[in-house]
Amino acid sequence: MTIALRDITKIYQMGDTTVHALAGVSLDVAAGEFTAIMGPSGSGKSTLMNILGCLDRPTGGSYLLDGEEVATLSDDALAVIRNRKIGFVFQSFNLLPRMSALQNVALPMVYAGVDKHARLEKAAWAMGLVGLGDRQHHRPNELSGGQRQRVAIARSLVNDPAIIMADEPTGNLDTKSGNEIMAIFNDLNAQGRTVVLITHEPDIAACAKRVVHVRDGKIIRDERNQEVAPCSGKASSSPSKA
Amino acid sequence: MFWESVLIALEGLKANKMRAFLTMLGIIIGVGAVIAMVSIGMGVRQKVETSIAGLGSNLIIVMPGATTPSGVRLAAGSSTTLTNGDAQAIGREIAGVSAVAPSVQRSYQLVYGNQNWTTNVLGTTPEYLEVRNFAVAAGTIFSSKDIDTRARVAVIGQTVATNLFGEFSPLGQTIRINKAPFRVIGVLEAKGQSSMGQDQDDTVIVPLTTAQERLLGVTWLQNISVQAESPEVIDKVQEDITTLLRTRHRLAPGVPDNFTVRNLAAVMATAQETTSTITLLLGNIAAISLVVGGIGIMNIMLVSVTERTREIGIRKALGATFNNILLQFLIEAVVIGVTGGLIGIGVGMAGSYAISYFAGWNTVVSPISIIVAFGFSVLIGLFFGLYPARKAALLDPIDALRYE
Ligand SMILES: Nc1ncnc2c1ncn2[C@@H]1O[C@H](COP(=O)(O)OP(=O)(O)OP(=O)(O)O)[C@@H](O)[C@H]1O
Ligand SMILES: [Mg+2]
Repeated sequence: MTIALRDITKIYQMGDTTVHALAGVSLDVAAGEFTAIMGPSGSGKSTLMNILGCLDRPTGGSYLLDGEEVATLSDDALAVIRNRKIGFVFQSFNLLPRMSALQNVALPMVYAGVDKHARLEKAAWAMGLVGLGDRQHHRPNELSGGQRQRVAIARSLVNDPAIIMADEPTGNLDTKSGNEIMAIFNDLNAQGRTVVLITHEPDIAACAKRVVHVRDGKIIRDERNQEVAPCSGKASSSPSKA
Repeated sequence: MFWESVLIALEGLKANKMRAFLTMLGIIIGVGAVIAMVSIGMGVRQKVETSIAGLGSNLIIVMPGATTPSGVRLAAGSSTTLTNGDAQAIGREIAGVSAVAPSVQRSYQLVYGNQNWTTNVLGTTPEYLEVRNFAVAAGTIFSSKDIDTRARVAVIGQTVATNLFGEFSPLGQTIRINKAPFRVIGVLEAKGQSSMGQDQDDTVIVPLTTAQERLLGVTWLQNISVQAESPEVIDKVQEDITTLLRTRHRLAPGVPDNFTVRNLAAVMATAQETTSTITLLLGNIAAISLVVGGIGIMNIMLVSVTERTREIGIRKALGATFNNILLQFLIEAVVIGVTGGLIGIGVGMAGSYAISYFAGWNTVVSPISIIVAFGFSVLIGLFFGLYPARKAALLDPIDALRYE
C-alpha cells in the first residue's frame, strides 16, 4: 500500500483572511515504512494527517492511495477506505464512553459487516495484542490514559489495515506509557504495516526510520535515520504493566 | 447491517431511558387519545344505529298534523285527521307495502291484585309486531278476530310483567286497565331502551278497536306504521302515501298536508352523518396531539444529534457511511414511535373501557382506529426522525470530531 501526495493544498477561508494550512505538499510513502511527521504547532501536521487518513479532502492536488485517486472520492467511498485500508489513532483516543473496551475495539468491524461472533473474537485478539486481554469489559473511563490509547490502537487494527496513522498518539501520555505505545507501533511496523505518526518529541521521532519536518504548510526536510534508536519499551508485544 | 443499526439504536435509547420515555409519552397520549375518542364516537354511532334499526326495518311512520318547513310538528297527537280507513287504503292501494299497523296510545293505570303500574297502553293490529320488530316471548298475540270483536285481551311487555307479576307467569291472568278487566294472552320479548332512552318493554298492547272504543273513546288514529318491502321502494312508498292521503283528505293543491310522513331510513342516514361528524371531530382533535407528540420526537432527536456529534464523528471516522448513521437515528425515532404507539393502544383501550365503565357511555374500540393510530405513530416517528437523522448523517467527520 503506497501513498503518493502531489501538490496537496488545504485552504481555510476565515472571513477576509485565507489560511494556507497546507501550501503544496508532495510526499511519497512506500509500503512498510515507519514515518514520523514533526513540526511546530500550527504547521499543518494534523491537517496533513487528516487528509492522509481520508478524514478530510484537500483543496487542491492529488492523493493516490495504492494508485487510486482519493482526493475526489464521495463521502461514502472515503468511509469505506477509512474502514478497510487505514487504522487511525487519535491524540484524544476518541473512544465511545458508553461502550466497553471490547465493544469499542469491535466497532470498525460493525461497519465492515463482520458477524457478531467473529467480531468479538477478533476484538479480543487485538486487545491481547496490545496487552489489555484482562481489561475487555472496562469502560474507557475505567482505564488509564495509556490503556485507553492501547484500546484505540487495538481498534485501529481489527480490520487488518495496511496503514496505521496516528496523530500525536503519545501527546496525552507520560513518557513511560508513551514509550509502551511506541513499542507497539514498532512491532506493528515490524509485521509489515506502514506506520505514519505525528509527534512533537524528538526521542519518539528517533524511533522512526524516516522523519518528515513540516513548517508553515510545507515539507522543509525529509530525513532517513541510518540508525534507529531502540524504543525504550522493549517488551513491546506484551507491555507488562497497566 | 439493518439489525446492527437496530441494536445500536436500542443501545442509544437505553443510555437515556427517562428521556426516551418522556418523548414516547407524547405518542402514547396521542395514540391513546385517538383510540379513546374514536371509540366514543363509534359508541354513539353504534347506539344510534341499533336503536333506530330496533324500531323496525324499512319503516315509514304517518302521523296526523302538519309539519312546518322547519320540521316541527304542530299540534302533535291532537289532530284527528287519520282514520282506520286511511290505514286500510294504504295497505290496499299502495304497491311495495308489506305491512300496515295503525295505532293509538295513552297512559293508564294497570292493576293486578294489590300491585299497580302506570304505563303506556297501545291499541294496534297484530302487524305492529312485525313492523316494529317486536316478538312474543310467551303466549300469543291477539288475532284479527279479537280486533273485530273488540276483545279485552292484552300482550304485556317485560317491564310490566315484572312489576305486576314478579316471578309468576302472567299468562291467563286478568289485569285491570283503567278499571276494565283484560286477560293477558302474551308477553313480549325484551327489547331494551330506545334511542331516546325510553324503556321499550314498559308497554301493553291491546287490539286497536278495543283501545279506540273501550278505552279512549275515539275513532281516529294517532299513528300509522308502514313497512315497505325493501329499502329501494321506501321513497316511492312515502310519496305514494302522501298523494293518497291528500286525495283522501280532499286537500286542494297549495293547501299544506294535514299529516306527516316520516321515513326512518332518512332519519338513520342523518343520524349516521351526524355521528360520523362527531367521530371525525373527536378523532381529529386527538390526532393533533399525535402530531404534537411527533414534534416532541423531532425536538429530542435534534438535541440528541447535537449531543452526540462527537460519537457520530467517531463512528464516521471508523467507517460508518451516510446510511449507517441515518439508519441509526431513524430507527431510534421509529422505535420511540412504535413503542409509544403500542403502549398508546393499551392506554387508549383501557381509557375507552374506563369511560364506558365510569361515565356509562357506550364505547366501541374499532380495529381500524387501532391500525390507523399505530400506523400513524410509525409514520410520525419516520417523518419527524428523518430530518434529525439526515442532519446527523451529513455531518463531516472532521467537524464532528472537533465538536466540543
Ligand atoms: N477548521 C479550521 N478552520 C480554519 N483554520 C484551521 C482549521 N483547522 C486548522 N486550521 C489552521 O490550519 C493551520 C494548521 O493547523 P493544524 O491543526 O494542522 O496544526 P498542527 O500542526 O496539527 O498543530 P498542533 O501541533 O498544535 O496540533 C493552523 O494555522 C490552524 O489555525
Ligand atoms: Mg495537531
